[in-house]
Amino acid sequence: MILTNIHHVPGREIAEHYGLVQGSTIRAKHVGKDIVASLKNIVGGELGGYTELLKESRDESLQRMTVQAEEFGADAIINVRFSTSSVAQGAAEILCYGTAVKLR
Amino acid sequence: MLWLYAIAVLGPLLLGFVVGRWLERRHYASIHRREQQYMQVAVVTFEPPPPARPIRSATLAVGSVVVSVDYYKRFLAGFRLFFGGQLGSYASLLDRGRREAILRMRESAPQADVFVNARIETSSISQGEDDSTGTVEVFAYATALEYAE
Repeated sequence: MILTNIHHVPGREIAEHYGLVQGSTIRAKHVGKDIVASLKNIVGGELGGYTELLKESRDESLQRMTVQAEEFGADAIINVRFSTSSVAQGAAEILCYGTAVKLR
Repeated sequence: MLWLYAIAVLGPLLLGFVVGRWLERRHYASIHRREQQYMQVAVVTFEPPPPARPIRSATLAVGSVVVSVDYYKRFLAGFRLFFGGQLGSYASLLDRGRREAILRMRESAPQADVFVNARIETSSISQGEDDSTGTVEVFAYATALEYAE
């Protein structure tokens, strides 16, 4: 599966459009990581636990989107976009969406 | 009793000031070094017209980081939020976050010849009850193109 965030796949021609595909995850943070993060907060800098957590969620939502596109028989998703919104305190939804296409 | 209280208040402040400043300086040194290293590969925010050169591959490159300000800067920001004005102490936080996220995006596709249609997204992360965040996630993504020889 080829993913791009531009309107086409460079060097390839689009044969068919299958429309919107999307994937999302909602993740809450883990108490243990929260404690480490609050200590880390004193000196500032990167909070590795959170970086990892959000990265995993994003990979997971990309994975779900890819699965959906595969069901259509697509071989690329173009114009992929991301959005993050906080649903509840300490929980975030990560959404990605794009257009599934078949390449020639 | 009073000195215990003083330690509890001033301890994190001092720790934040000394260690936070040191960490920030170290982080900037790393950012500068890596930016030098990747200078030859362009990152652009637009989608260029189809290039004359054939393209071997196009992949989605992503990079993200969660960074937070230290306690001392958060304390300073408290005053600023009262009196208004520019929040200088948070500016460096966002600057570090963005540059780090872009660098990670570049590092996720080391073979790329150009990154097109780059986008940056920033979201603040709430810290439980007291909502004085000072923690942000920066996420950068782009399409990494690799030219065929």
